[in-house]
Amino acid sequence: MTLVIFAVLLWAVGFGVNVVLANGPARDTGAVRLAVPLIFGLTILGMWELIVRGMQVSTVILPPPSLIAASFAENLGTLWGDFVQTILKGALSGYIFGCGAAFVTALLVDRSDYLRRGLLPLGNFMAALPIVGTAPILVMWFGFGWQSKAAVVVLMVYFPMLVNTVAGLSETTSMQRDLMRTYAATWGQTLWTLRLPAALPFVFNGLKICSTLALIGAIVAEFFGSPTLGLGFRISTSIGQLDLGMVWSAILVSALSGTVFYGLVALAERRTTFWHASHRGGR
Amino acid sequence: MAEASDPKAGATAGTGWPRWLRLPPVLGMVLALLAIWYVAVVPMNVKEVLTAAERAGVEVSPPSAVDRRDMGNWALVLRNPHALGDSWSSDRPKLPAPHQVLVELYDSTIDEELNGRRGIVRSGTLSNRSLVYHALVTLNATFLGFLIGALLGVGLAVGIVHSRVMDMSVMPWAIVSQTIPIVALAPMIIVVLYSIGVQGLIPKAVISAYLSFFPVVVGMVKGLRSPDAMQMDLMRTYSAPTASVLTKLRLPSSIPYLFASLKIAIAASLVGAIVGELPVQKGGLGARMLAGSYYGQTAQIWAALLVAAALAALLVYAIAALERRTLRRMGMMP
Repeated sequence: MTLVIFAVLLWAVGFGVNVVLANGPARDTGAVRLAVPLIFGLTILGMWELIVRGMQVSTVILPPPSLIAASFAENLGTLWGDFVQTILKGALSGYIFGCGAAFVTALLVDRSDYLRRGLLPLGNFMAALPIVGTAPILVMWFGFGWQSKAAVVVLMVYFPMLVNTVAGLSETTSMQRDLMRTYAATWGQTLWTLRLPAALPFVFNGLKICSTLALIGAIVAEFFGSPTLGLGFRISTSIGQLDLGMVWSAILVSALSGTVFYGLVALAERRTTFWHASHRGGR
Repeated sequence: MAEASDPKAGATAGTGWPRWLRLPPVLGMVLALLAIWYVAVVPMNVKEVLTAAERAGVEVSPPSAVDRRDMGNWALVLRNPHALGDSWSSDRPKLPAPHQVLVELYDSTIDEELNGRRGIVRSGTLSNRSLVYHALVTLNATFLGFLIGALLGVGLAVGIVHSRVMDMSVMPWAIVSQTIPIVALAPMIIVVLYSIGVQGLIPKAVISAYLSFFPVVVGMVKGLRSPDAMQMDLMRTYSAPTASVLTKLRLPSSIPYLFASLKIAIAASLVGAIVGELPVQKGGLGARMLAGSYYGQTAQIWAALLVAAALAALLVYAIAALERRTLRRMGMMP
């Protein structure tokens, strides 16, 4: 019971520090902006550990963070193999191929008004569909290897990316396009100097949405059949053995790679669209 | 993701066109897709079809199935154009033709209910072999999850807008939470909740809620902050308390944002419910898909997919209709 009281105390301390930091004089500095969410996260982790130990929750239901960390450290080799199989082979290759194909399609579609008006509502519709459901079909077609996972990822990221890129390419105003016309710029020049830069925020929005979808697609596809490694395989077999430490370690790997993946895309966005209103700082 | 829940982002090219002019291009696309599908059926199923034709006594080149296994699908199609008649009607196709899917859809909905032994006509309850029953199971979980997710999202957004601490500490973690492929955790959540005695609707709804709360948070934070300085100043000159500012200014002006995010949220919630049904074979469209994949019944998977697609379209359409009515009532839309 004392541990649970400690947990409540920890919460009070963490929250108090955050209140002071967030409303204090240094509230807009980068350090505070980083510290506040970190303190929040650490408080939650600490409370998790204390409450699980204090209430003696069975590790089958919720293992404490320390146990997960130990299991993670013990199985680094296995998890690295799973990471390579699922993230690098399945998700990343599908992501690159799917987003690339969608981008090229968007460029083609953009040249014809008929195609755009036909594909866009369809793309919007497809983007809202539960495409994860095609996973069993694609696993049946492409076998249990990483190829079928990449195929699921391609299907999942294709439509959101297509819709975003097409929307981005029509972002320019008629004034800007007229200017390019008076310069007698070719289609390629207009695309390269005006419309692609203008479309970049939309493209990156699509890339960010797709980064999460890619991981989901690759992992879920493994539930329908996979070789004896991969994060989805690890999660589903470890549950069968009630090895919850391993399950949570696999989840940790997928969470970390998801966050890093998203972070990298966001970083690239900052580097390339620094001129856009949403990145010029301040609200 | 923020842009996705901006109500203005929906206004893409072509919305200015009258309704009857917008239809032909879409129809053309759909027909083109169907045509591609029909063509694709031939090479996808060519091996099974040729084996069946060989058994029926038709001459096939090359004659041995082992040789055929190592050949490309298109090469086989080109060498045996005379033996491909059954491509669109084979029993266990790798890729069923559209009409086969439609037949399966009819069989497992209307026919099963009207004529089946366990159908609604004979037994008085929905047959557990019909897609109607499975769709309702999925829909239940979707609605419950959507409700929890939307309420949680609005609550969090109100907190974030009013408290600096919450804004700074919760918002980054909400974003991180979405980079975690939660759907992958579905089996674990279900097993864990099962082991503490919770089963049935709740575990699926938890997954749906997790997927649907984020778009609502992002959209509502944007919406609640959308009143401009002039409007906020007016509330200040009235010396309105925070609660009145919330109910009389912030909430009404956030309604368009709310509906834009609800449309995304309900689609996400449906995906969550379907994935949540994969690990427990107790009904639902997800369970149906997995069963189809175990028994090689591709038409069954496709039919379940079609129903899921129709459900998604219906749900989004329903929210859009509600949006139009509400906005019209509020005078924000002609």
